[in-house]
Amino acid sequence: MRLLLHELRNQQRLFWRNRESAVFVFIFPPMLFLLLGAVYSGKIDGFRAADVLLVGLIGYGCANTAFAGLAITLVIRRESGVLKRIRATPLPTLTYLVAVLCSTLAVFVLQMLVTIALGLTLYGAKGPENWPGLVAAALLGVACFAGLGFAATALIRSSEGASAVVNLIVLPMAFLSGSFGPTRRYPELLRWIADVLPLTYLNRLLKDVYLRDQSFLGHPKDIAIVVAWGLVGALIAWRRFGWEPRER
Amino acid sequence: MSALEVHELRKSYGDLEAVAGISFTVEPGEVFGLLGPNGAGKTTTVEILEGYRKRDGGEVTVLGVDPEHGGTALRERIGVVLQSSELPAALTVREVHRMFAGYYARSRDVDEVIGLVGLEEKADARVKTLSGGQKRRLDLGVALVGDPELVFLDEPTTGFDPAARRTAWELVRALRALGKTILLTTHYLDEAQQLADRVAVIRDGRIVKIGSPAELIGIAPRVEIRYRENGENVVIETDEPTRLLAQLTGEAAAAGRELESLEVVRPSLEDVYLDLIDGGDTA
Repeated sequence: MRLLLHELRNQQRLFWRNRESAVFVFIFPPMLFLLLGAVYSGKIDGFRAADVLLVGLIGYGCANTAFAGLAITLVIRRESGVLKRIRATPLPTLTYLVAVLCSTLAVFVLQMLVTIALGLTLYGAKGPENWPGLVAAALLGVACFAGLGFAATALIRSSEGASAVVNLIVLPMAFLSGSFGPTRRYPELLRWIADVLPLTYLNRLLKDVYLRDQSFLGHPKDIAIVVAWGLVGALIAWRRFGWEPRER
Repeated sequence: MSALEVHELRKSYGDLEAVAGISFTVEPGEVFGLLGPNGAGKTTTVEILEGYRKRDGGEVTVLGVDPEHGGTALRERIGVVLQSSELPAALTVREVHRMFAGYYARSRDVDEVIGLVGLEEKADARVKTLSGGQKRRLDLGVALVGDPELVFLDEPTTGFDPAARRTAWELVRALRALGKTILLTTHYLDEAQQLADRVAVIRDGRIVKIGSPAELIGIAPRVEIRYRENGENVVIETDEPTRLLAQLTGEAAAAGRELESLEVVRPSLEDVYLDLIDGGDTA
Protein backbone atom coordinates (compact mmCIF):
# COMPACT_ATOMS: atom_id res chain seq x y z
CA MET A 1 0.00 0.00 0.00
CA ARG A 2 2.84 2.39 0.86
CA LEU A 3 4.48 1.48 -2.44
CA LEU A 4 1.24 2.00 -4.34
CA LEU A 5 0.75 5.48 -2.89
CA HIS A 6 4.38 6.32 -3.53
CA GLU A 7 4.10 5.23 -7.15
CA LEU A 8 0.74 6.97 -7.60
CA ARG A 9 2.39 10.20 -6.48
CA ASN A 10 5.24 9.57 -8.91
CA GLN A 11 2.78 8.97 -11.76
CA GLN A 12 0.85 12.13 -10.99
CA ARG A 13 4.03 14.19 -10.79
CA LEU A 14 5.23 12.74 -14.10
CA PHE A 15 1.91 13.45 -15.78
CA TRP A 16 1.55 17.08 -14.73
CA ARG A 17 5.26 17.85 -15.13
CA ASN A 18 5.18 16.82 -18.77
CA ARG A 19 3.49 19.82 -20.28
CA GLU A 20 2.86 18.33 -23.74
CA SER A 21 0.96 15.35 -22.40
CA ALA A 22 -0.86 17.38 -19.78
CA VAL A 23 -2.12 19.80 -22.43
CA PHE A 24 -2.98 17.18 -25.01
CA VAL A 25 -4.61 14.74 -22.63
CA PHE A 26 -6.17 17.03 -20.08
CA ILE A 27 -7.00 20.28 -21.88
CA PHE A 28 -7.96 19.02 -25.33
CA PRO A 29 -11.38 17.42 -24.58
CA PRO A 30 -12.77 20.32 -22.51
CA MET A 31 -11.43 22.69 -25.15
CA LEU A 32 -13.25 20.79 -27.90
CA PHE A 33 -16.37 20.94 -25.76
CA LEU A 34 -16.08 24.72 -25.54
CA LEU A 35 -15.63 25.01 -29.31
CA LEU A 36 -18.42 22.64 -30.29
CA GLY A 37 -20.72 24.05 -27.62
CA ALA A 38 -20.25 27.48 -29.13
CA VAL A 39 -21.12 26.21 -32.61
CA TYR A 40 -24.08 23.88 -32.00
CA SER A 41 -27.36 25.17 -30.67
CA GLY A 42 -30.91 23.90 -30.44
CA LYS A 43 -31.71 20.27 -29.81
CA ILE A 44 -29.98 16.96 -30.58
CA ASP A 45 -32.09 13.81 -30.26
CA GLY A 46 -34.58 15.72 -28.12
CA PHE A 47 -31.96 16.98 -25.67
CA ARG A 48 -30.32 20.37 -25.50
CA ALA A 49 -27.24 20.43 -27.74
CA ALA A 50 -24.95 21.59 -24.91
CA ASP A 51 -26.06 18.64 -22.75
CA VAL A 52 -25.51 16.08 -25.50
CA LEU A 53 -22.10 17.53 -26.39
CA LEU A 54 -21.07 17.60 -22.75
CA VAL A 55 -21.78 13.90 -22.43
CA GLY A 56 -20.15 13.13 -25.79
CA LEU A 57 -16.98 15.00 -24.86
CA ILE A 58 -16.81 13.16 -21.54
CA GLY A 59 -16.80 9.94 -23.58
CA TYR A 60 -14.12 11.29 -25.91
CA GLY A 61 -12.13 12.48 -22.90
CA CYS A 62 -12.22 8.97 -21.49
CA ALA A 63 -10.87 7.44 -24.70
CA ASN A 64 -8.34 10.24 -25.09
CA THR A 65 -7.01 9.94 -21.54
CA ALA A 66 -7.11 6.21 -20.94
CA PHE A 67 -6.34 5.01 -24.46
CA ALA A 68 -4.39 7.68 -26.36
CA GLY A 69 -2.62 9.38 -23.46
CA LEU A 70 -1.76 6.14 -21.70
CA ALA A 71 -0.42 4.45 -24.85
CA ILE A 72 1.74 7.43 -25.87
CA THR A 73 3.17 7.78 -22.36
CA LEU A 74 3.95 4.09 -21.99
CA VAL A 75 5.51 3.76 -25.45
CA ILE A 76 7.79 6.72 -24.72
CA ARG A 77 8.72 5.28 -21.33
CA ARG A 78 9.42 1.90 -22.85
CA GLU A 79 11.53 3.20 -25.74
CA SER A 80 13.58 5.52 -23.53
CA GLY A 81 14.38 2.61 -21.20
CA VAL A 82 12.54 3.99 -18.16
CA LEU A 83 10.29 0.91 -17.94
CA LYS A 84 13.28 -1.41 -18.21
CA ARG A 85 15.10 0.49 -15.49
CA ILE A 86 12.12 0.33 -13.14
CA ARG A 87 11.96 -3.44 -13.69
CA ALA A 88 15.34 -3.74 -11.96
CA THR A 89 13.93 -2.23 -8.74
CA PRO A 90 11.88 -4.08 -6.11
CA LEU A 91 8.70 -2.30 -7.25
CA PRO A 92 6.29 -5.14 -8.15
CA THR A 93 4.92 -5.11 -11.70
CA LEU A 94 1.35 -5.24 -10.45
CA THR A 95 1.86 -2.26 -8.16
CA TYR A 96 3.28 -0.27 -11.04
CA LEU A 97 0.39 -1.12 -13.37
CA VAL A 98 -2.25 -0.41 -10.72
CA ALA A 99 -0.60 2.94 -9.98
CA VAL A 100 -0.63 3.81 -13.68
CA LEU A 101 -4.33 2.88 -13.87
CA CYS A 102 -5.28 4.86 -10.75
CA SER A 103 -3.34 7.85 -11.98
CA THR A 104 -5.13 7.69 -15.33
CA LEU A 105 -8.47 7.42 -13.56
CA ALA A 106 -7.66 10.42 -11.38
CA VAL A 107 -6.74 12.53 -14.40
CA PHE A 108 -9.92 11.55 -16.22
CA VAL A 109 -12.23 12.17 -13.25
CA LEU A 110 -10.72 15.61 -12.75
CA GLN A 111 -11.11 16.33 -16.45
CA MET A 112 -14.73 15.18 -16.36
CA LEU A 113 -15.47 17.49 -13.43
CA VAL A 114 -13.83 20.42 -15.23
CA THR A 115 -15.87 19.72 -18.37
CA ILE A 116 -19.10 19.51 -16.36
CA ALA A 117 -18.25 22.73 -14.53
CA LEU A 118 -17.57 24.50 -17.83
CA GLY A 119 -20.88 23.24 -19.20
CA LEU A 120 -22.82 24.38 -16.15
CA THR A 121 -21.28 27.83 -16.01
CA LEU A 122 -20.82 28.74 -19.68
CA TYR A 123 -23.54 26.92 -21.59
CA GLY A 124 -26.20 26.38 -18.94
CA ALA A 125 -25.91 22.63 -19.37
CA LYS A 126 -27.42 20.43 -16.71
CA GLY A 127 -25.54 18.38 -14.19
CA PRO A 128 -25.62 14.58 -14.11
CA GLU A 129 -28.99 13.03 -13.21
CA ASN A 130 -27.50 9.86 -11.77
CA TRP A 131 -24.17 10.53 -10.01
CA PRO A 132 -23.38 6.94 -8.93
CA GLY A 133 -24.25 5.79 -12.44
CA LEU A 134 -21.85 8.38 -13.89
CA VAL A 135 -19.06 7.22 -11.59
CA ALA A 136 -19.71 3.60 -12.58
CA ALA A 137 -19.66 4.50 -16.28
CA ALA A 138 -16.43 6.45 -15.82
CA LEU A 139 -14.79 3.48 -14.10
CA LEU A 140 -15.98 1.11 -16.81
CA GLY A 141 -14.78 3.47 -19.53
CA VAL A 142 -11.32 3.95 -18.02
CA ALA A 143 -10.94 0.19 -17.49
CA CYS A 144 -11.94 -0.60 -21.08
CA PHE A 145 -9.84 2.06 -22.75
CA ALA A 146 -6.85 1.44 -20.49
CA GLY A 147 -7.00 -2.22 -21.55
CA LEU A 148 -6.97 -1.08 -25.17
CA GLY A 149 -4.26 1.45 -24.32
CA PHE A 150 -2.00 -1.28 -22.97
CA ALA A 151 -2.70 -3.29 -26.13
CA ALA A 152 -1.81 -0.31 -28.34
CA THR A 153 1.41 0.13 -26.33
CA ALA A 154 2.27 -3.48 -27.02
CA LEU A 155 1.62 -3.11 -30.76
CA ILE A 156 3.25 0.30 -31.41
CA ARG A 157 6.96 0.00 -32.10
CA SER A 158 8.35 3.53 -31.88
CA SER A 159 7.81 6.70 -29.84
CA GLU A 160 7.79 8.79 -33.01
CA GLY A 161 4.77 6.97 -34.41
CA ALA A 162 2.82 6.59 -31.18
CA SER A 163 0.97 9.88 -31.19
CA ALA A 164 0.02 9.63 -34.87
CA VAL A 165 -1.23 6.05 -34.56
CA VAL A 166 -3.42 6.55 -31.51
CA ASN A 167 -4.95 9.78 -32.81
CA LEU A 168 -5.67 8.10 -36.11
CA ILE A 169 -7.76 5.70 -34.05
CA VAL A 170 -9.25 7.95 -31.38
CA LEU A 171 -10.42 10.92 -33.43
CA PRO A 172 -12.34 8.95 -36.11
CA MET A 173 -13.74 6.69 -33.38
CA ALA A 174 -15.03 9.68 -31.41
CA PHE A 175 -16.48 11.17 -34.57
CA LEU A 176 -18.26 7.94 -35.53
CA SER A 177 -19.44 7.21 -31.99
CA GLY A 178 -21.25 10.51 -31.73
CA SER A 179 -18.95 12.28 -29.30
CA PHE A 180 -18.83 15.38 -31.48
CA GLY A 181 -22.48 15.52 -32.50
CA PRO A 182 -25.43 13.47 -33.76
CA THR A 183 -24.73 10.51 -36.06
CA ARG A 184 -28.27 9.86 -37.33
CA ARG A 185 -27.55 11.40 -40.75
CA TYR A 186 -24.24 9.53 -41.23
CA PRO A 187 -24.09 7.12 -44.20
CA GLU A 188 -25.12 3.58 -43.36
CA LEU A 189 -21.59 2.22 -43.69
CA LEU A 190 -20.27 4.66 -41.09
CA ARG A 191 -23.11 3.88 -38.72
CA TRP A 192 -22.45 0.19 -39.24
CA ILE A 193 -18.79 0.73 -38.24
CA ALA A 194 -19.91 2.81 -35.27
CA ASP A 195 -22.04 -0.11 -34.11
CA VAL A 196 -18.95 -2.16 -33.24
CA LEU A 197 -16.91 0.59 -31.58
CA PRO A 198 -16.66 0.58 -27.77
CA LEU A 199 -17.05 4.36 -27.51
CA THR A 200 -20.50 4.12 -29.13
CA TYR A 201 -21.68 2.02 -26.21
CA LEU A 202 -19.85 4.01 -23.56
CA ASN A 203 -21.46 7.19 -24.93
CA ARG A 204 -24.87 5.50 -24.75
CA LEU A 205 -24.29 4.46 -21.16
CA LEU A 206 -23.11 7.96 -20.26
CA LYS A 207 -26.22 9.42 -21.89
CA ASP A 208 -28.45 7.02 -19.95
CA VAL A 209 -27.04 7.98 -16.57
CA TYR A 210 -26.29 11.64 -17.25
CA LEU A 211 -29.30 12.78 -19.25
CA ARG A 212 -32.04 10.20 -18.73
CA ASP A 213 -31.54 9.38 -15.05
CA GLN A 214 -31.53 5.69 -15.89
CA SER A 215 -29.82 2.97 -13.93
CA PHE A 216 -26.25 2.17 -15.01
CA LEU A 217 -27.22 -1.50 -15.15
CA GLY A 218 -30.25 -0.81 -17.36
CA HIS A 219 -28.48 -1.91 -20.55
CA PRO A 220 -26.34 -4.94 -19.75
CA LYS A 221 -25.65 -5.54 -23.45
CA ASP A 222 -23.95 -2.14 -23.77
CA ILE A 223 -21.86 -2.88 -20.69
CA ALA A 224 -20.97 -6.32 -22.02
CA ILE A 225 -19.69 -4.90 -25.32
CA VAL A 226 -17.51 -2.32 -23.55
CA VAL A 227 -16.17 -4.98 -21.19
CA ALA A 228 -15.48 -7.30 -24.12
CA TRP A 229 -13.36 -4.63 -25.86
CA GLY A 230 -11.44 -4.04 -22.66
CA LEU A 231 -10.80 -7.76 -22.23
CA VAL A 232 -9.59 -8.13 -25.83
CA GLY A 233 -7.19 -5.25 -25.17
CA ALA A 234 -6.00 -6.76 -21.91
CA LEU A 235 -5.48 -10.13 -23.61
CA ILE A 236 -3.36 -8.60 -26.40
CA ALA A 237 -1.40 -6.67 -23.77
CA TRP A 238 -0.95 -9.82 -21.69
CA ARG A 239 0.58 -11.65 -24.63
CA ARG A 240 2.55 -8.87 -26.30
CA PHE A 241 3.40 -6.21 -23.73
CA GLY A 242 7.13 -5.66 -23.35
CA TRP A 243 9.18 -3.63 -20.91
CA GLU A 244 12.25 -3.17 -23.05
CA PRO A 245 12.91 -0.89 -26.02
CA ARG A 246 11.99 -2.43 -29.36
CA GLU A 247 15.10 -1.27 -31.18
CA ARG A 248 16.29 -4.82 -31.77
CA MET B 1 29.50 -17.50 -0.17
CA SER B 2 30.46 -15.87 -3.48
CA ALA B 3 28.57 -12.80 -4.64
CA LEU B 4 28.26 -14.19 -8.16
CA GLU B 5 28.66 -17.71 -9.43
CA VAL B 6 28.37 -18.39 -13.11
CA HIS B 7 28.89 -21.88 -14.43
CA GLU B 8 28.72 -22.86 -18.10
CA LEU B 9 26.23 -20.10 -18.88
CA ARG B 10 24.64 -20.31 -22.32
CA LYS B 11 22.25 -18.10 -24.24
CA SER B 12 21.28 -18.03 -27.90
CA TYR B 13 19.23 -15.61 -29.95
CA GLY B 14 17.97 -17.71 -32.83
CA ASP B 15 21.03 -19.15 -34.54
CA LEU B 16 23.40 -16.77 -32.80
CA GLU B 17 25.00 -18.16 -29.69
CA ALA B 18 25.61 -14.94 -27.76
CA VAL B 19 26.96 -16.66 -24.66
CA ALA B 20 28.59 -20.02 -25.28
CA GLY B 21 29.56 -21.47 -21.93
CA ILE B 22 30.91 -18.80 -19.60
CA SER B 23 32.10 -19.56 -16.06
CA PHE B 24 33.43 -17.20 -13.42
CA THR B 25 33.05 -16.39 -9.75
CA VAL B 26 33.06 -13.01 -8.05
CA GLU B 27 33.78 -12.71 -4.34
CA PRO B 28 32.13 -10.16 -2.05
CA GLY B 29 33.86 -6.78 -2.22
CA GLU B 30 35.57 -7.62 -5.47
CA VAL B 31 35.50 -5.50 -8.62
CA PHE B 32 35.24 -7.88 -11.55
CA GLY B 33 35.58 -6.70 -15.15
CA LEU B 34 34.08 -8.29 -18.24
CA LEU B 35 36.23 -6.98 -21.06
CA GLY B 36 35.55 -7.50 -24.72
CA PRO B 37 34.50 -5.91 -28.00
CA ASN B 38 30.91 -5.04 -28.87
CA GLY B 39 28.88 -8.16 -29.51
CA ALA B 40 31.12 -10.40 -27.41
CA GLY B 41 28.27 -11.32 -25.05
CA LYS B 42 29.01 -8.99 -22.14
CA THR B 43 25.63 -7.32 -21.96
CA THR B 44 23.75 -10.59 -22.46
CA THR B 45 25.67 -12.09 -19.56
CA VAL B 46 25.00 -9.10 -17.31
CA GLU B 47 21.31 -8.96 -18.23
CA ILE B 48 20.91 -12.62 -17.33
CA LEU B 49 22.48 -11.89 -13.94
CA GLU B 50 20.23 -8.84 -13.50
CA GLY B 51 17.20 -11.04 -14.12
CA TYR B 52 16.16 -9.52 -17.47
CA ARG B 53 16.72 -12.64 -19.56
CA LYS B 54 16.33 -16.34 -19.12
CA ARG B 55 19.38 -18.43 -19.77
CA ASP B 56 19.36 -21.44 -22.08
CA GLY B 57 21.78 -23.43 -19.98
CA GLY B 58 24.20 -23.39 -17.10
CA GLU B 59 23.98 -22.48 -13.43
CA VAL B 60 23.88 -18.95 -12.11
CA THR B 61 23.55 -17.55 -8.61
CA VAL B 62 23.47 -13.89 -7.65
CA LEU B 63 23.99 -13.30 -3.92
CA GLY B 64 23.16 -16.97 -3.49
CA VAL B 65 19.89 -16.79 -5.46
CA ASP B 66 18.90 -17.81 -8.98
CA PRO B 67 18.17 -14.44 -10.66
CA GLU B 68 15.30 -15.97 -12.68
CA HIS B 69 13.46 -16.57 -9.42
CA GLY B 70 15.00 -13.89 -7.19
CA GLY B 71 11.99 -11.59 -7.32
CA THR B 72 11.74 -8.42 -5.30
CA ALA B 73 13.87 -9.82 -2.45
CA LEU B 74 16.89 -10.07 -4.77
CA ARG B 75 16.17 -6.72 -6.43
CA GLU B 76 16.33 -5.08 -2.99
CA ARG B 77 19.99 -6.09 -2.86
CA ILE B 78 21.29 -5.20 -6.32
CA GLY B 79 21.92 -1.91 -8.09
CA VAL B 80 21.86 -1.59 -11.85
CA VAL B 81 23.35 0.83 -14.34
CA LEU B 82 22.09 -0.19 -17.77
CA GLN B 83 24.06 0.42 -20.93
CA SER B 84 21.43 2.80 -22.25
CA SER B 85 18.42 3.90 -20.31
CA GLU B 86 16.97 7.27 -19.55
CA LEU B 87 15.36 8.57 -16.41
CA PRO B 88 12.25 10.77 -16.39
CA ALA B 89 13.41 13.97 -18.11
CA ALA B 90 10.89 16.28 -16.46
CA LEU B 91 11.88 15.44 -12.88
CA THR B 92 14.76 17.01 -10.97
CA VAL B 93 17.81 15.05 -9.88
CA ARG B 94 16.52 14.93 -6.29
CA GLU B 95 13.02 13.88 -7.37
CA VAL B 96 14.37 10.99 -9.44
CA HIS B 97 16.44 9.83 -6.48
CA ARG B 98 13.41 10.07 -4.19
CA MET B 99 11.25 8.21 -6.71
CA PHE B 100 13.66 5.29 -6.80
CA ALA B 101 14.49 5.42 -3.09
CA GLY B 102 10.80 4.83 -2.41
CA TYR B 103 10.97 1.45 -4.17
CA TYR B 104 13.33 0.00 -1.58
CA ALA B 105 12.55 -1.18 1.92
CA ARG B 106 15.93 0.15 3.11
CA SER B 107 17.19 3.13 1.19
CA ARG B 108 20.10 5.49 1.66
CA ASP B 109 19.68 9.16 2.40
CA VAL B 110 18.95 10.79 -0.94
CA ASP B 111 21.11 13.87 -0.43
CA GLU B 112 24.00 11.74 0.73
CA VAL B 113 23.82 9.71 -2.50
CA ILE B 114 23.58 12.86 -4.61
CA GLY B 115 26.72 14.08 -2.84
CA LEU B 116 28.46 10.76 -3.39
CA VAL B 117 28.00 10.99 -7.15
CA GLY B 118 28.91 14.69 -7.16
CA LEU B 119 25.60 16.15 -8.29
CA GLU B 120 24.96 18.46 -5.30
CA GLU B 121 24.93 21.53 -7.50
CA LYS B 122 22.49 19.89 -9.88
CA ALA B 123 20.15 18.47 -7.22
CA ASP B 124 17.29 20.77 -8.22
CA ALA B 125 18.01 20.75 -11.96
CA ARG B 126 15.71 18.89 -14.35
CA VAL B 127 17.17 15.68 -15.76
CA LYS B 128 16.78 16.98 -19.31
CA THR B 129 19.24 19.82 -18.59
CA LEU B 130 22.07 17.49 -17.55
CA SER B 131 25.11 16.75 -19.70
CA GLY B 132 25.89 13.20 -20.80
CA GLY B 133 28.41 12.70 -18.01
CA GLN B 134 26.03 14.11 -15.41
CA LYS B 135 23.26 11.78 -16.63
CA ARG B 136 25.59 8.83 -16.17
CA ARG B 137 26.32 9.99 -12.62
CA LEU B 138 22.58 10.20 -12.08
CA ASP B 139 22.26 6.60 -13.32
CA LEU B 140 24.87 5.64 -10.78
CA GLY B 141 23.22 7.57 -7.97
CA VAL B 142 19.88 5.92 -8.70
CA ALA B 143 21.61 2.53 -8.68
CA LEU B 144 23.01 3.26 -5.22
CA VAL B 145 19.95 4.73 -3.59
CA GLY B 146 18.72 1.29 -2.50
CA ASP B 147 22.04 0.66 -0.73
CA PRO B 148 22.82 -2.47 -2.81
CA GLU B 149 25.39 -5.10 -1.93
CA LEU B 150 26.12 -5.78 -5.58
CA VAL B 151 26.25 -3.23 -8.40
CA PHE B 152 26.14 -4.00 -12.13
CA LEU B 153 27.76 -1.36 -14.32
CA ASP B 154 27.22 -2.02 -18.02
CA GLU B 155 29.70 0.11 -19.98
CA PRO B 156 29.54 3.00 -17.53
CA THR B 157 31.87 5.31 -19.46
CA THR B 158 31.18 4.57 -23.11
CA GLY B 159 31.06 7.83 -25.02
CA PHE B 160 32.71 9.87 -22.26
CA ASP B 161 35.46 12.39 -22.82
CA PRO B 162 38.71 11.60 -20.95
CA ALA B 163 37.95 13.95 -18.04
CA ALA B 164 34.49 12.48 -17.51
CA ARG B 165 35.98 8.99 -17.58
CA ARG B 166 38.45 9.92 -14.85
CA THR B 167 35.59 11.20 -12.72
CA ALA B 168 33.59 8.03 -13.31
CA TRP B 169 36.58 5.93 -12.35
CA GLU B 170 36.89 7.84 -9.09
CA LEU B 171 33.24 7.03 -8.43
CA VAL B 172 33.75 3.34 -9.00
CA ARG B 173 36.73 3.40 -6.66
CA ALA B 174 34.55 5.16 -4.09
CA LEU B 175 31.98 2.38 -4.45
CA ARG B 176 34.66 -0.18 -3.93
CA ALA B 177 35.74 1.63 -0.79
CA LEU B 178 32.17 1.30 0.46
CA GLY B 179 32.61 -2.46 0.22
CA LYS B 180 30.26 -3.00 -2.73
CA THR B 181 30.79 -5.91 -5.04
CA ILE B 182 30.93 -4.63 -8.61
CA LEU B 183 30.50 -6.33 -11.96
CA LEU B 184 31.70 -3.99 -14.66
CA THR B 185 31.60 -4.44 -18.40
CA THR B 186 33.76 -2.38 -20.68
CA HIS B 187 35.45 -2.47 -24.04
CA TYR B 188 38.22 -0.23 -22.79
CA LEU B 189 41.27 -2.13 -21.70
CA ASP B 190 42.64 0.70 -19.58
CA GLU B 191 39.34 0.93 -17.74
CA ALA B 192 39.43 -2.72 -16.77
CA GLN B 193 43.07 -2.37 -15.80
CA GLN B 194 42.40 0.70 -13.66
CA LEU B 195 39.31 -0.53 -11.87
CA ALA B 196 39.06 -4.29 -11.77
CA ASP B 197 40.64 -6.69 -9.30
CA ARG B 198 40.16 -9.41 -11.87
CA VAL B 199 39.27 -9.33 -15.53
CA ALA B 200 37.68 -11.84 -17.87
CA VAL B 201 38.36 -11.19 -21.54
CA ILE B 202 35.36 -12.29 -23.61
CA ARG B 203 35.25 -13.04 -27.28
CA ASP B 204 32.38 -14.60 -29.22
CA GLY B 205 30.54 -15.61 -26.07
CA ARG B 206 33.52 -17.33 -24.47
CA ILE B 207 36.08 -16.31 -21.89
CA VAL B 208 39.50 -16.40 -23.54
CA LYS B 209 41.48 -15.26 -20.51
CA ILE B 210 40.73 -14.60 -16.89
CA GLY B 211 42.99 -13.14 -14.22
CA SER B 212 44.24 -10.01 -12.52
CA PRO B 213 45.40 -7.16 -14.77
CA ALA B 214 48.97 -8.03 -13.76
CA GLU B 215 48.46 -11.60 -14.88
CA LEU B 216 47.10 -10.38 -18.19
CA ILE B 217 50.24 -8.30 -18.66
CA GLY B 218 52.22 -11.39 -17.78
CA ILE B 219 50.98 -13.12 -20.90
CA ALA B 220 52.51 -10.42 -23.09
CA PRO B 221 54.31 -11.74 -26.15
CA ARG B 222 58.05 -11.51 -26.29
CA VAL B 223 59.95 -8.31 -26.76
CA GLU B 224 60.94 -7.45 -30.29
CA ILE B 225 64.25 -5.94 -31.42
CA ARG B 226 64.03 -4.23 -34.78
CA TYR B 227 66.63 -2.63 -37.01
CA ARG B 228 67.58 -2.26 -40.66
CA GLU B 229 70.58 -3.98 -42.15
CA ASN B 230 71.64 -3.94 -45.79
CA GLY B 231 68.32 -2.27 -46.66
CA GLU B 232 66.25 -4.99 -45.05
CA ASN B 233 64.11 -4.89 -41.93
CA VAL B 234 65.19 -7.32 -39.26
CA VAL B 235 62.82 -8.30 -36.44
CA ILE B 236 63.97 -10.60 -33.65
CA GLU B 237 61.62 -11.81 -30.91
CA THR B 238 63.28 -12.60 -27.65
CA ASP B 239 62.76 -13.31 -23.97
CA GLU B 240 66.24 -11.98 -23.20
CA PRO B 241 66.37 -8.55 -24.78
CA THR B 242 69.28 -7.32 -22.65
CA ARG B 243 71.65 -10.11 -23.56
CA LEU B 244 70.63 -10.15 -27.22
CA LEU B 245 70.89 -6.40 -27.55
CA ALA B 246 74.35 -6.34 -25.97
CA GLN B 247 75.44 -9.05 -28.35
CA LEU B 248 74.03 -7.33 -31.44
CA THR B 249 75.38 -3.91 -30.60
CA GLY B 250 78.73 -5.37 -29.54
CA GLU B 251 79.16 -7.13 -32.86
CA ALA B 252 78.06 -4.13 -34.84
CA ALA B 253 80.35 -1.77 -32.95
CA ALA B 254 83.29 -4.13 -33.32
CA ALA B 255 82.69 -4.32 -37.08
CA GLY B 256 82.13 -0.58 -37.31
CA ARG B 257 78.60 -1.07 -38.62
CA GLU B 258 75.60 1.00 -37.70
CA LEU B 259 72.30 -0.74 -36.80
CA GLU B 260 69.93 1.58 -38.56
CA SER B 261 66.61 2.48 -36.91
CA LEU B 262 67.36 0.32 -33.91
CA GLU B 263 64.48 -0.04 -31.48
CA VAL B 264 63.35 -2.35 -28.70
CA VAL B 265 59.60 -2.78 -28.68
CA ARG B 266 57.58 -4.16 -25.81
CA PRO B 267 54.06 -4.92 -27.04
CA SER B 268 51.54 -2.84 -25.13
CA LEU B 269 48.63 -4.29 -23.19
CA GLU B 270 46.53 -2.99 -26.03
CA ASP B 271 48.37 -5.34 -28.39
CA VAL B 272 47.89 -8.24 -25.99
CA TYR B 273 44.21 -7.49 -25.75
CA LEU B 274 43.73 -7.08 -29.49
CA ASP B 275 45.64 -10.29 -29.98
CA LEU B 276 43.29 -12.05 -27.56
CA ILE B 277 40.08 -10.77 -29.06
CA ASP B 278 41.26 -11.34 -32.61
CA GLY B 279 41.55 -14.98 -31.76
CA GLY B 280 45.29 -14.94 -32.11
CA ASP B 281 47.68 -17.20 -30.25
CA THR B 282 47.09 -16.56 -26.56
CA ALA B 283 50.23 -18.29 -25.35
